[in-house]
Amino acid sequence: MCDTCGCNDHIHPHDHSHGHEGKPHIHRIDIQTSAVAYNQRFADQNRGWFKAKGMTAYNVLSSPGSGKTAFLEACLRFLNQECRPSQTAVAIVGDLQTDNDAERLRATGAEALQITTGATCHLDAHMVAHALDELKTENIQHVFIENVGNLVCPATYDLGEAFRWVLLSVTEGEDKPLKYPVIFQKADFVLITKMDLAEAVEFKRDVAIGNIRAVAPNAEVFEVSVKEPHRLKEFFERLTSLRA
Amino acid sequence: MHELGIMSRMLDMAVEAAEQQAPGGRILQIHVQVGPLSGVVVEALRFAFESLAPGSLAEGADLVIHETAPLFYCPDCKTTYTTPIGNYHCPACHSTHGELRGGNEIQLQHIEVQDHV
Repeated sequence: MCDTCGCNDHIHPHDHSHGHEGKPHIHRIDIQTSAVAYNQRFADQNRGWFKAKGMTAYNVLSSPGSGKTAFLEACLRFLNQECRPSQTAVAIVGDLQTDNDAERLRATGAEALQITTGATCHLDAHMVAHALDELKTENIQHVFIENVGNLVCPATYDLGEAFRWVLLSVTEGEDKPLKYPVIFQKADFVLITKMDLAEAVEFKRDVAIGNIRAVAPNAEVFEVSVKEPHRLKEFFERLTSLRA
Repeated sequence: MHELGIMSRMLDMAVEAAEQQAPGGRILQIHVQVGPLSGVVVEALRFAFESLAPGSLAEGADLVIHETAPLFYCPDCKTTYTTPIGNYHCPACHSTHGELRGGNEIQLQHIEVQDHV
């Protein structure tokens, strides 16, 4: 603290009188607060809520059109139809506009809540906290949170999930992980989707996996296709073993 | 695009701190720390600041951005290392188990406020 006038800090020399005549007094005010502290409070609260209720939550991320909704349709059908009652699953879906994706997911028989974000390019933990208040299904084990299709902004926001999935479709190009390293670095699972199209688009599998490994060395990688059930089997086995 | 919301929140924090601790003062500088793994684009943050500051206590202030490097801790050889984006292997033992310890921050550090004269 400054001995002269008791303020917290000065960046001007102490050759002034207490009245600061002719010299503006400049305060340095320490704040040291994360700009996403507000989001983190809700994320921690959501994480505690999921844990207390025995639910495992997934933040599902990709660019638009990578097949998030189609993949979640398959996951919901598998868990709710083939594994019930031990593996009940619901979905929360974020989109800028429309509730088309929630409608698609509801058609599987699962509860699906739509968050319409308007102009906001990502889901945040506060939006998810409100959606969780609306859930009606009993004894849920899995909560899929389909984020807004975007590989940039959603990377910043923890939603309280246990696992992050990042989807990369074979039609997007093998170098996508290198172009968007931040979101891939935070992935627990990278799912290469639309593998049924791999040959048609001359997808270079080894290059893509090498790029994923470069930016997300510890992520589990699965190659999947909702059109070819045998390409889902291995992932579904892993999914039923996941616990927060 | 989310930089607008992030900058808006930081400006609110800065203005609140200035009003409480230096009432009547004018914000001269806003110091922010941004890591390359934060998901925030520095240029977009500057653009957001230029859009939001006019009309607030921070009008005319300098936004000073301190960029950090990714910082990892290697649990295998117990070293801390920085590394470029996209190459997270431990340079000492080549382990891929590095735990992120820094480089993902978006932090409002401090502000400088000039007293009302």
